[in-house]
Amino acid sequence: METATLEPTITKKGFKSEEYFINMGPQHPATHGVLRLLLTIDGEVIKKVEPDLGYIHRSIEKMCESNSYQQIVHLTDRLDYLSSHINNEAVCLCVENALELEVPERVKVIRTILGELTRIASHTLWWGVLGMDVGALTSYFYGFRDREMINDIFEETCGARLTMNYNIPGGLMEDIHPNFVKRVKEFIPHFRSKLPEYDRLLTGNIIFQKRTKGVGVLTKEDAINFGASGPVARASGHSCDVRKYHPYSALDKVNFTEILDTAGDSFARYRVRIAEMWESLDIIEQLIDNIPDGDHKVATNAVIKLPKGDFYQKVETARGEFGVYIISTGTKNPYRVKFRSPGLSNLSLLNHIAVGGKIGDLVATMATIDIVVPDIDR
Amino acid sequence: MTNEALQQTILSWFPDAEVPQPQFSEEGSQYLNVSIEANQLHELMQLLKNNPETHFDYLFCLTGVDYGKELGVVYHLESTMHRHILVVKVQTSDRENPIFESVQDLWATANYHEREVFDFFGIKFSNHPNLKRLFLSEDWEGYPLRKDYVDESNMVVK
Repeated sequence: METATLEPTITKKGFKSEEYFINMGPQHPATHGVLRLLLTIDGEVIKKVEPDLGYIHRSIEKMCESNSYQQIVHLTDRLDYLSSHINNEAVCLCVENALELEVPERVKVIRTILGELTRIASHTLWWGVLGMDVGALTSYFYGFRDREMINDIFEETCGARLTMNYNIPGGLMEDIHPNFVKRVKEFIPHFRSKLPEYDRLLTGNIIFQKRTKGVGVLTKEDAINFGASGPVARASGHSCDVRKYHPYSALDKVNFTEILDTAGDSFARYRVRIAEMWESLDIIEQLIDNIPDGDHKVATNAVIKLPKGDFYQKVETARGEFGVYIISTGTKNPYRVKFRSPGLSNLSLLNHIAVGGKIGDLVATMATIDIVVPDIDR
Repeated sequence: MTNEALQQTILSWFPDAEVPQPQFSEEGSQYLNVSIEANQLHELMQLLKNNPETHFDYLFCLTGVDYGKELGVVYHLESTMHRHILVVKVQTSDRENPIFESVQDLWATANYHEREVFDFFGIKFSNHPNLKRLFLSEDWEGYPLRKDYVDESNMVVK
């Protein structure tokens, strides 16, 4: 570990000022998981942020090399667990594209509805935790109240509330529950009536705005340069929604707006995610009455062998662009699997935007970058 | 830009037939793949990023691969302006001291991703400002994602 030069200097007022290290995490509640940040600070002003990663690295990419294509779907739940359904979908789409397998329209529509519900569930959790991070505990309970309804829908659909494992190569593990459409249609008006509460509680709150406006500013050029994606990049005006540029499943059949902001600060990232929840509700509403009849899967061989070649699939999770890169040599196991996680790229710009701010600002910046550590430590 | 046009543009940067030419392939991949010699990598990457026709400003995936005999790195590039995608591949047969030139001066995102490749494959990147392990501890022996890596206590081999 490099050591900073610890030369004490005398400031104008005669007090001693010196730079020093402190550790934030790995068990700090505001680092959202086992992430350790090495902060070099002068007083409370941040001079350098260096993330120390790997506390929960499970080497999932290596594990994939000795598992079958059906099995590796399950491992992707454990990356960004708040986007588990979308991660599963990415692997399934990659395998299906490699096999040139066309899944039924019913599967595509259900996948997209569940994907958008996943996004809302992830954003409500983020919203609740963000409030808590900046000192407003009430939002935590509001966020979890609404997320609970989505988790109940997931539980009824596939038995799991978080790590869903509902997608399989070729379709869905089981058909949807008879109550699915009814419950989703109950959720849409419920959540539309609750989202304005979010605004009343937090968005317009002057203390919250002072904590986030102008804090952690990221320019569009830097967003592209650091490989940022998702709401982090879109809040800086970088149009990068994979759902728009590389639509998958039923996303080419729905109308929605890509949410962009130009301020690039923590408040802009906040506003993008709130607006995205409204958009996700619109997407679900367009599809929920039009789930086509048909099978919920197409048959695949019990042992799936992909043809020789490289296959890449990108999807938009709640955090940004998630990519699955499979190198196949034609056997039943992948030769190499790489998961392009949105979290690692988004975290890499933290030092760039946090330097010069206060530790309290770093907490707000971290919360609006919205990292999930297992997604970084794959 | 279409894949054919991309191919022509890249070839026009290598007019000298004496130097090794980039090799193109679309077989078994949905994107255009270009393989390049290690000593030409940085020059090609610089042109790909800075040429207004190609304008590959978004490095969205950087993957280390152990091909058995060779070690390699795969770069997935996209242009946020033209929305075309290109895959650049580079390989070396030197397993003892594999080294490529870093591209973190072109794309800041490569900084962490090259550290990850170094961590798991032992591939070094010259001109990298902070090339140390990203996930594993400093005293870890070996490079776990290499195919010849053995760890009897932590690995279940099927």
